Amino acid sequence: MRISCPCCGPRDRREFTYLGAAAYLDRPDPDAPAPEWDAYLHLRDNPAGRTRDLWYHDACGSWIVVTRDTVTHAVLAAEALA
Amino acid sequence: MTQSHRIPGKGLIDRSRPVRFSFDGRPYEGFAGDTLASALLANGVRLMARSFKYHRPRGVLTAGPEEPNALVEVFEGEQKTPNMRATVQEVFTGLRAQSQNRWPSLRHDLMAVNDRFARFLAAGFYYKTFMWPAAFWERVYEPAIRRAAGLGALSGQPDEGRYEQAFAFCDLLVIGAGPAGLMAALSAGRAGADVILAEADARMGGRLLADQPTVADRPGPDWASQVLGELAAMPNVRLMPRTTVTGAYDGGTWGALERVGLHLADPGALPRECFWRIVARRAILAAGALERPIAHPDNDRPGVMLVSAVQSYVARHGIDPGRVVVFGNNDSALQAARVLTAQGVRIAGYVDPREDVAVVEDFPVYPGAAVTGTRGRLGLRDVAVRHKGGVSLIEAETLALSGGWNPTLHLACHLGGRPDWDAGLAAFVPRAGMVPSMTVAGAARGQFSTAACLADGLAAAKAALSDLGLKPGTDTAPAAEDRPYTIAPFWAVDAGGRAWLDFANDVTTKDVQLSAQEGFSAVEHMKRYTTQGMAPDQGKTSNVTALAVLAEATGQGIAQTGTTTFRPPFMPVSIGAMGAGGRGMGFAPRRLATSDGQSRDMGAPMIEAGLWYRPSYFPRANEVTWRQSCDREVTMVRSSVAVCDVSTLGKIDVQGPDAERFLDFLYTNAMASLKPGRTRYGLMLREDGHVMDDGTCARLGQDHFVITTTTAAAGQVMRHMDFVQQAFCANWAVRFASVTEHWAQFAVAGPKARELVNKILQTPVDERNFPFMACGPACILGVQGRLFRISFSGELGYELAVPARYGADLFARLVREAEGMGGGAYGMEALNVLRIEKGFITHAEIHGRVTAFDIGMAGMISARKDCIGKAASRRPGLTGAEREQLVGLMPIEPQAAISAGAHLYDKDAPATREHNQGYVTSVGYSPTLQSWLGLGFLRNGRARHGEIVRLVDGLRGIKVACRVVHPVFHDPEGGKLRG
Ligand SMILES: [Zn+2]
Repeated sequence: MRISCPCCGPRDRREFTYLGAAAYLDRPDPDAPAPEWDAYLHLRDNPAGRTRDLWYHDACGSWIVVTRDTVTHAVLAAEALA
Repeated sequence: MTQSHRIPGKGLIDRSRPVRFSFDGRPYEGFAGDTLASALLANGVRLMARSFKYHRPRGVLTAGPEEPNALVEVFEGEQKTPNMRATVQEVFTGLRAQSQNRWPSLRHDLMAVNDRFARFLAAGFYYKTFMWPAAFWERVYEPAIRRAAGLGALSGQPDEGRYEQAFAFCDLLVIGAGPAGLMAALSAGRAGADVILAEADARMGGRLLADQPTVADRPGPDWASQVLGELAAMPNVRLMPRTTVTGAYDGGTWGALERVGLHLADPGALPRECFWRIVARRAILAAGALERPIAHPDNDRPGVMLVSAVQSYVARHGIDPGRVVVFGNNDSALQAARVLTAQGVRIAGYVDPREDVAVVEDFPVYPGAAVTGTRGRLGLRDVAVRHKGGVSLIEAETLALSGGWNPTLHLACHLGGRPDWDAGLAAFVPRAGMVPSMTVAGAARGQFSTAACLADGLAAAKAALSDLGLKPGTDTAPAAEDRPYTIAPFWAVDAGGRAWLDFANDVTTKDVQLSAQEGFSAVEHMKRYTTQGMAPDQGKTSNVTALAVLAEATGQGIAQTGTTTFRPPFMPVSIGAMGAGGRGMGFAPRRLATSDGQSRDMGAPMIEAGLWYRPSYFPRANEVTWRQSCDREVTMVRSSVAVCDVSTLGKIDVQGPDAERFLDFLYTNAMASLKPGRTRYGLMLREDGHVMDDGTCARLGQDHFVITTTTAAAGQVMRHMDFVQQAFCANWAVRFASVTEHWAQFAVAGPKARELVNKILQTPVDERNFPFMACGPACILGVQGRLFRISFSGELGYELAVPARYGADLFARLVREAEGMGGGAYGMEALNVLRIEKGFITHAEIHGRVTAFDIGMAGMISARKDCIGKAASRRPGLTGAEREQLVGLMPIEPQAAISAGAHLYDKDAPATREHNQGYVTSVGYSPTLQSWLGLGFLRNGRARHGEIVRLVDGLRGIKVACRVVHPVFHDPEGGKLRG
């Protein structure tokens, strides 16, 4: 698997660390009710198909949202968070 | 014996370069260009192996890497390598090869008795026989089976051989250098693409070398040589012979194994093998096709080969196969008989089950016929042919089989794609797009004439070039042999007796039929029940025929039966090659502190902390055990002064107007309120409310902080900070960088710590101008450094930081001064005891499942601000009396050793899981308190101080009664710390 780091270009998967679904970007309000925090922290879809998840490029420190297909393994996009 | 079976003047071998090698201790001679198999055949040696289960005598079936029979051991000593294919291993002077899986010798193998009991050893034998009694499995059955099983033997020594791994990148990877691959590489190379042409064989050319069809009015090998000459001259083309592409992976990544030194008498500094990871924008699979045998009774005798193998041995190696009977069901077999005849080989009969085969040839033709048996104890003597006129015995040294061709589509299926069944070809063929960046060309997709392969290779190259944005040239494919290929499916001869499918694993047609009969009729079940295709060759010559036999037994068609799953690697890859460079110190990078040299000079054993190496303790002349050194070092800190390298802690420099706001968001406690020149302990949570790490946060200026992390979590914390910043506060004016390697930092601890640092500092410190938790710049031995008044030991302590290049000098000076004051250096063991005495936590305690509440720090979660993990830390279940909470443990008998990992139980409760009350995370012997001390987590522990619990370590057999105490054993008021 290869990911195109927006900062460094296409690199081998082993240079990256996986975090989880991009839903992790949608942090609830600090005072949001517990079920909302529970959903944010623990409840994840497991799609057969297009998914967006968070990868860290160890080499440059960039966090990246990778859009990929869990069926074909195609990497469709890689966008920097910041 | 001197190569009695060579045809004078024939073959692509170099007769001017004889090589001497041995097989089973007997010396032989061959020529450069020979494989072990061809060189043995040249010497009339047909018996090369014994089969796996029945120990039947076997010769070579193929002339390539798909060989199921002729597996041998090569090399000696620790490099002894089993299961090398004799059809791949090239001969060189000094090569010593041994047959395997026989005793006492290849010709007289006593294990061949298995063959007599074959009817008891049919499919599923092990599953049915070695079931009961259950207790026998480990002690009786498994050892006995293991002794009898296994092909070849390893040396049992570590493999010290050289291996390498490497990366390569290209526009176009062409896999296979037959007519399609050569044409594709030529066209792409001429158009300017970066091309890698990988070919498993030592010599490129594929079937052009063996079949020698006419190409561009020249013999095939000549055309191949000319193309290779042109490719070799192109700077944008890399030719990789002896390189097997072993796997297709996502994103255009390919694994490949190159045999670098295995064919050389003196490889010098070359590795045995190199494992390549090739990243290619496009790929063309031109791996050709593999011929398959026909299952007929006793089709496994030495002398029985594939038609393509006979052609290869004749044309490439000048081997005289003797009298040959050809048994085929397709036009390529018939054409091969003609070509062999033209080359002077005597075809004793052409046997074809098809009724409509013309009989007008230069050799006897038997249409509508089949081979029903063979004879010859250790090598073929005659062949029984059932034909319209009855059964004839034909004397022959070689029986050449062809049941048709299977496109070599394995790589196309590695990403999960399933091939299609092509009834016309009676073979599976790849579908388009199975591997996104790859097209399949030539025989690998069922194009079987030379002309079709050339045209297909060219078309694939043009398509790839256009995908790559390169302009294809005006190349056209040269004129070449273009015979049609027809085949009548014919898999097995029904004539009683055993007909072999999988030669390597001794699977017969009856085994497959039995499997279907006993209910294992799905293809994946049949495979496991019979072991069909599970040997080193992975059934390359046998799987499709076995499927056909299964399909017949179940009454389903082959298309419905389907194939088993194709997985990498395509060919066996030695672990040594895949793990090249990862042995010993190559396993992981080493991070060495600036004091490393001096620590080792002082005799300190080093222990690993992540990638770092840190001194365990510093032994002195009279000390015999590590405990003596550790006790002394602890006592030095408590009574005088000692020095410890703490540079391995993560150090992150945080700057900017929003730095304080950012740190407030990261840490549970407030950092914005920290004054410049002050340091504060800080706790970080994960967003799920559990503790991530702890450390110190020093404010060097209004917009400038340096924070520390634990050694173990430095990488994780940096990643976390990057995430928080990029995800949630990207527009804040804050930047940070790891400066762990830039600063060497040393702790000076003990009642005399101030006295010592004042010998080093340009400006002396006192309690007033540099109180507890102060920080700031300092001139240290004339160098601009930093000074921190922090302590991880509970004593008066300072940490001195200097740019790393001054670290070694500073450490040496500090140790010298400390020694002059009755102290010295201390290592990790003492550091650990010191922090346990003070109840300071490390990642032994904050192991990922504990909360701030558990470690008694719930109060550090500021109520006045948000922080990562705050919301979740309040959720039910993460606080309360049911939580296991940090406690101190002191054995009632102070000298009774206790252990980390032990579990805690009520005083009178049995030591069983349901009575578990907690566990021990850290222990150490405290010379200060003259007792063993432990830290651990105990259910509702903070309410149980004073209680006696039972500590039980089932692994080490330790049972000790302990008193539950406050986790700060030493100086709980902190008076010493504050000096
Ligand atoms: Zn990057």
